[in-house]
Amino acid sequence: MRYLPLTEDDRAQMREAIGVPTAEALYADVPKDVLLTRPLDLPRGRGEMEVERHLAALARNNVAASRSFLGAGAYRHHIPASVDHLIQRSEFLTSYTPYQPEISQGTLQVLFEFQTQVAALTGMEIANASMYDGSTACAEAALMAHRVTKRRKAVLSGGLHPHYAEVVRTLSRFAGDEVDTLAPDVFAREDITAQIDDDVSCVIVQTPDVFGNLRDLSPIARACHAKGALLVAVVTEAVSLGLVTPPGDFGADIVVGEGQSLGNPLSFGGPYVGLFATKQEHLRQMPGRLCGETVDADGRRSFVLTLSAREQHIRRDKATSNICTNSGLCALAFSIHLTLLGEAGLRRLARANHASAVRLAERLARVHGVEVLNETFFNEFTLRVSSDAARLVERLAERGVLAGVPVSRLLPGAGLDDLLLVTSTEVATNEDHEAFIAALEGAL
Amino acid sequence: MLDHPNHPSETFSGDRGLDQEEPLLFEIGRADVTGVDIDEPEPFTPRLGALERTAPIGLPGLSEPETMRHYVRLSRKNYSIDAGLYPLGSCTMKHNSRLAEKMARLEGFANIHPLQPQATARGALALMEELSRFLLELTNMSAVALSPKAGAHGELCGLMTIEAALRARGQAQTRRTVLIPQSAHGTNPASAALLGFTVRAIPAGEDGIVHADAVAAALGPDVAAIMLTNPNTCGLFEREVVEIARLVHESGGYFYCDGANFNAIAGVARPGDMGVDAMHLNLHKTFSTPHGGGGPGAGPVVLSARLAPFAPVPFLLRDGDSLRLVEHAEGTQSFGRLTAFHGQMGMFVRALSYLLSHGGDGVAQASRDAVLAANYLRARLRDVMTQPFGDRLCMHEVLFDDAFLKGTGVTTLDFAKAMIDEGYHPMTVYFPLVVHGAMLIEPTESESKRSLDRFVATLRALAESAQRGETERFAEAPRHAPRRRPDETAAARRPVLRWGSRQ
Repeated sequence: MRYLPLTEDDRAQMREAIGVPTAEALYADVPKDVLLTRPLDLPRGRGEMEVERHLAALARNNVAASRSFLGAGAYRHHIPASVDHLIQRSEFLTSYTPYQPEISQGTLQVLFEFQTQVAALTGMEIANASMYDGSTACAEAALMAHRVTKRRKAVLSGGLHPHYAEVVRTLSRFAGDEVDTLAPDVFAREDITAQIDDDVSCVIVQTPDVFGNLRDLSPIARACHAKGALLVAVVTEAVSLGLVTPPGDFGADIVVGEGQSLGNPLSFGGPYVGLFATKQEHLRQMPGRLCGETVDADGRRSFVLTLSAREQHIRRDKATSNICTNSGLCALAFSIHLTLLGEAGLRRLARANHASAVRLAERLARVHGVEVLNETFFNEFTLRVSSDAARLVERLAERGVLAGVPVSRLLPGAGLDDLLLVTSTEVATNEDHEAFIAALEGAL
Repeated sequence: MLDHPNHPSETFSGDRGLDQEEPLLFEIGRADVTGVDIDEPEPFTPRLGALERTAPIGLPGLSEPETMRHYVRLSRKNYSIDAGLYPLGSCTMKHNSRLAEKMARLEGFANIHPLQPQATARGALALMEELSRFLLELTNMSAVALSPKAGAHGELCGLMTIEAALRARGQAQTRRTVLIPQSAHGTNPASAALLGFTVRAIPAGEDGIVHADAVAAALGPDVAAIMLTNPNTCGLFEREVVEIARLVHESGGYFYCDGANFNAIAGVARPGDMGVDAMHLNLHKTFSTPHGGGGPGAGPVVLSARLAPFAPVPFLLRDGDSLRLVEHAEGTQSFGRLTAFHGQMGMFVRALSYLLSHGGDGVAQASRDAVLAANYLRARLRDVMTQPFGDRLCMHEVLFDDAFLKGTGVTTLDFAKAMIDEGYHPMTVYFPLVVHGAMLIEPTESESKRSLDRFVATLRALAESAQRGETERFAEAPRHAPRRRPDETAAARRPVLRWGSRQ
């Protein structure tokens, strides 16, 4: 057993020091009738080579994204080799929450830099040290808006990712809060401001929305503020913030987002990294961990986890949230990738994404039986196709193209079975585009 | 001395050999520097409407070599399990295999999209099913919800499942109380409160465990569930667990077990046999997925047969030879969706890699070794350190208190910081809250006897030093660390949470 260093001789010596005769005697406190008396019905331990072989066989049963145009909250981007190398350094990978700041300055400085990057990217004043993912960050934003406004009703845009909306509704239902969800808003034409009354704590709007449309959030922000509600803006594609006006500039009060696009692989949906940013005035109502700057006993700049009086390990049932973790390593990957890009690189990456998507949209618009519905978009847009989009995607998968996300996968029964969400990022080549078009023309 | 005028070093640069300082990214990066070569796209007509970002973002960049150096230098200011013993009670810092990392990076796992057709992700679904089979056999439970993203998220999931079951019984309005021992993790009461439950604290006995009569006294028709951590946060097995489960069930409530300490009993005893209805499993603790400086975690929840129908979507459904994910709650009794997509797949790969490597026999041996190691430390230290509940068997972690420091002028925190100077990460201190000056030590099964003996020798030396009144060593600690003790009060009083915000 290569992970266990004790030898039988060690074990015997240790038992003698303790004064117990057998290994079983150490479990004397466990009632006899619940001690397992037979071996588990599980395979015996295997060597490294065998485990590799088994898992590699499972991995081969998945079609990895190569000609892939899927998005809808998870995006394929190139990850520089140095990002993965650095996050595998054991001092990052195998360390714990930095509760002992003297020997955790590496992680703490990274979190401080991450918080600064996220605030800058979203156009907000402060950010936390990350959340589980974008969708749970979104649900936490609704709870935070309730705390700030002392109201308990959230209004969800019909352009919000349906999974995000479901997560907000699940948590709200159990917490006894109210949620109004607007109908799916394919063309970004909903009038969400008409829904804001004196009971509304927050309006949650996504940009680019789940159908790809970009929207100016400032009229919504003004309408929210006039009624004492907060605007929560959701960004599921962090790279868009390199090219598009950030929600903070429109007057959003809380910005939540998914940071997977920077430094983190698709990984079938997780682990991802939730971004959470807000205004300074709401600092103490924020969920999650925060890293702050201070000085040590010698007066040198140091970083510590701070404002823990909001947190569950101190406040227990009075805490602002039950979350006692962050996506530390994913936040690190995000931060390293953003450091490598810098402002110039991020802008160029964002332009490359937009250019790729514009080019694909222009090509698709010329395909018979296909209509591009968006006027504006970043790297994702919606097609109306002349057949069932889900079945079309399956047919294209057989031709080696993962064509996109059928809207019916996210919103079954909404009557949107002919809509397909298509994404093109910097990794899609012209050849990929041509293969997509050819396969589509063949299948339609 | 140039960059760091207060650094007590004798060098001109401020660095001392391998001990190198590193400024903030924002002090060394520049907006026009990039470490990623991306071509400018061919000219095209943008489709952004009037929403192009024009003002500077404020993101400095570094070239690739500068990036490597920045993060390598930062990494060297962190302690890690690969560098030394990390005896954090309640957190479980065990060996993290690189095989697991390698497997998670296989193209077929790392580069698959959560919304690609299920027929193109059969290997992923098979992996989730195989992991589920391991977890269910280890716990003797009926179903597992894989989507919770961390232990505390699993607590929410378990409580939601319980509330959904109560709703189906028409008792969701009347059963609004959750019983939680005073020694529980803070996440337990926070999770219950988040869902609108009232928390009723249960005291432990003088012996550190919860007694059935205390539970009986707290039970009533208003009780939805008990949340019991077993083994508990004092490092003790809840001996009366079977009786407690029976009482809770008889009164119509459910038994949620906080599975944070499952690694003490995995392969030895099964929660399903103790009457547990729901329990989260911290994959990063019991199954060794790395902590990554604070996350990501993963907190799958195993459920009893009576709670299984209410599990969140997505869940796996096997129908003969076919396996699929049910992604929508409509038409099922599922309570709904907890997170976008399917959970921490990257962590599932790592946990399964660990489980396949250990096998059923290895998991049990790991639990026995973890318990053996904790008791060995207890036996070797009991004459110089003190235990709050007397000298008795512990599970995978051993709890000391600060009675042995009484009158020495050395605090629990001083003692912990002195361990840093000796090359160790401090143990968990001041938790559980019910013990004065608690010091919770979890050596795990990853330590050799030699490593444990060295650790014992160091702790004995420190305890004896404190008892001799050598307070300076402790008050000054740590002296050999990248930083001395930071001013945490100042950090909280005037929070500076981003670069450039200090006025």
